[in-house]
Amino acid sequence: YSLSPCYVSLALYKCLYGRAHPTNLQHHRHYTSGESSGAAKVVAVGLVTLGSSIGGTVLYAKWDPKFRTAVEKNIPYSDWLLGMALGPNPYSPVTAHKKQVSKFITPKYPTTPPDHLNGSLLCSLNSVLCFCVSEECKECHHHGDTPVPAMVEAVDSMTEGPLKERPAEEVTARLAQQEQEDQDILASVSASLEESLASSAKTTLQAIGAQEAALQAIGSHTHKLKEAMEAEVPPDQKSAQWRDLETALAERRSTVNDAGAALLKARDALDSLRSVIDKAKESKVAAVQPLVLAAEENLHSMVVDLDQAVTKVQSAESEAKIVSQYTELVNEAKRQFQKELSSLTPEIQANWKGLTGKLSADDLNALIAHAHRRIDQLNRELAEQRVREQVHIEAALEQQKLEDQKALDKAVHTATQHSKEEARLEQERKLSELREVMEAEMRTQLRRQAAAHTDHLRDILKVQEQELRSEAEQMLEQETHYRQLTQEQLDNFTLDMNAAYARLKGMEEAIDSHVIAEEEARKAHQLWLSVEALSYTLKTAGSDLPTKPLESAVQAIQDSCCNNEFALALASALPEESLRRGVYSEASLRSRFNSLRSMVRRVALIDESHNSLYQYFLSYLQAALLFEEKQAMPPTQLTNEDLDPFKLLSYASYCLEHEDLELAAKFVNQLRGEARRVVQDWLTEARLTLETRQVVTLLSAYANAVGLGTTQAP
Amino acid sequence: MSEKELGKKWDRCLADCAVKVGAGLGLGVVFSVVFFKRHTWPISFGLGTGLGMAYSNCQNDLRSHYLLHRSMKVGWTKQQ
Repeated sequence: YSLSPCYVSLALYKCLYGRAHPTNLQHHRHYTSGESSGAAKVVAVGLVTLGSSIGGTVLYAKWDPKFRTAVEKNIPYSDWLLGMALGPNPYSPVTAHKKQVSKFITPKYPTTPPDHLNGSLLCSLNSVLCFCVSEECKECHHHGDTPVPAMVEAVDSMTEGPLKERPAEEVTARLAQQEQEDQDILASVSASLEESLASSAKTTLQAIGAQEAALQAIGSHTHKLKEAMEAEVPPDQKSAQWRDLETALAERRSTVNDAGAALLKARDALDSLRSVIDKAKESKVAAVQPLVLAAEENLHSMVVDLDQAVTKVQSAESEAKIVSQYTELVNEAKRQFQKELSSLTPEIQANWKGLTGKLSADDLNALIAHAHRRIDQLNRELAEQRVREQVHIEAALEQQKLEDQKALDKAVHTATQHSKEEARLEQERKLSELREVMEAEMRTQLRRQAAAHTDHLRDILKVQEQELRSEAEQMLEQETHYRQLTQEQLDNFTLDMNAAYARLKGMEEAIDSHVIAEEEARKAHQLWLSVEALSYTLKTAGSDLPTKPLESAVQAIQDSCCNNEFALALASALPEESLRRGVYSEASLRSRFNSLRSMVRRVALIDESHNSLYQYFLSYLQAALLFEEKQAMPPTQLTNEDLDPFKLLSYASYCLEHEDLELAAKFVNQLRGEARRVVQDWLTEARLTLETRQVVTLLSAYANAVGLGTTQAP
Repeated sequence: MSEKELGKKWDRCLADCAVKVGAGLGLGVVFSVVFFKRHTWPISFGLGTGLGMAYSNCQNDLRSHYLLHRSMKVGWTKQQ
């Protein structure tokens, strides 16, 4: 089909330049005269070319069917045209496919049913289908190229689907499944075969036994008949003999019938066995074949035995027929003789042999005359027979020949059947052997193929390994480089993180410590505040009124310094009165002292021993007359003279004026007697105030110290 | 207040004196009128008695602190 374009172009070329050469000249010539005729000429030439090419294609397609198929495949609607012109394509792809399939299916063994062979081959070679296909294609290559794809298609269609390599597990699974199926089929077939074989063997044996029994009966009957015919026995035993004969005849008949029935049954059984064998042959399993072969051989031998027994029986029967004919003739003669005898001597009945004593002389004479006459007759007949002997013998021979021929034919026929059967069995046996050999060879080829495949794969794998190794090394280098970089980055990052973390930790610690310090500071501040509150409460003393009770402030202090023993001790050292009642301020005490002073002056002389009214009067007089300094600076050391109440008062007043309550109290403490009694309360109050003030001062000093101390971290 | 004690004492004293003197005077007057025919000597006697009593009371009152009672002891403070 590759020629067709070339052909077409060639044709065109020829058409154009072979035929159109003059037209070209004409065309040129006409060009000078007019263009329209030139165009018509071109159109005509084109049409002619087209028609000739189509005609040429059709003719060539008629001649070469391959070309036709190619044209039909490549050019649309050409198959319609070619079909119209030439009729349907005898070598269309469908029919070619069928032919190929049939060719494939009928290999070099035309007599054997090839389906199972084909099937077994294909089933066992699923995994190397290409190889199989190529082999078969090599065989069928002489049919041309086009059937190859059809062939592949055929094979494809037979192997159920597109050609692709199945995975190994699927293949082994399929093989295993197939084997299992084969095993099952084999088992079933063998079971059926054995069953039918057994039954047919039984029936055949039965039939053969029946035949032999019939043979025996026929033989005995014939023998008895012969005996009965030839032996001369006394008449009473004769009747017994005849009875025996009759029984023997009956027995023979029955046995012959039995044999016939048994033969029929055996034939039926054999037919069923044959049908079973045929059915078993249809199955595609290879392992069934030897079983089938063996069954067929068994069948054949059974058939042979049966036939032999039947022929024996038939020969015995023919002999018996001869003997019976002979007996019939003898009986006929006897009857004739009897009839003649009875016609001659009507009164004498029954057996003539037993009548020796009962006949008269006439009868005897008549009998003898009759016998003589009979003898003459028989002699004449004998002479006649001798004359006709040859003819009779020839006729008999002819008859014998015919019968022999018939028997021979039948024997030959059965012998040919048997030999044919044997030959077929032999052939099948040889076929199975060959099949095995072929399968073994196929397996070795496959093994070689597989080995070549594995070698090839190994080489390829080695090469790939090298390539992959080099690639892997390169990648590894890159990987290590990247990893180094990332590690460096990671290390840097870790260092930074660590530094940041350390700083953070430091900051946290600083903050914590600051928190602690602040806490301490807060506490100190609180303490200080409470102390300040306390000292403020000290200031709340109005004139001549004590302060507020210090209890709450002290409570506040105690609350604010719950874990500070010193402060707690101090707070608890405050006198009760101050807590409950509060203390007087220094100013009030001073004013009170000023009012006290005149009283003290008045009772200056009164003491334990001098305490009468007169003394009182004197003391009052002294107070009126004595003038001392209002305020006198006290000396650093007191002498006896200084213990005078008036001096003491002035010292105390001076101290009070200079806000030294303590010293004033000390001086006032030196007063004795009634004066002391008078200032007792004032002194107590002064003492209270001093105590309180001292404690408060201590507390505030302490609070200040603590406050100062908290500015530094612990 | 210990300083007010003296004042209170003096107040008591004066009140007592007034009472006693008045009482004495009254009694004296009464006695003088009743018993002693309007002599003045019971009046002055009564007055004097009254004064004396008041003086004594006053003195006792003023001294009371320094006196040792049987049930109490007073703490001595030594001078020098």
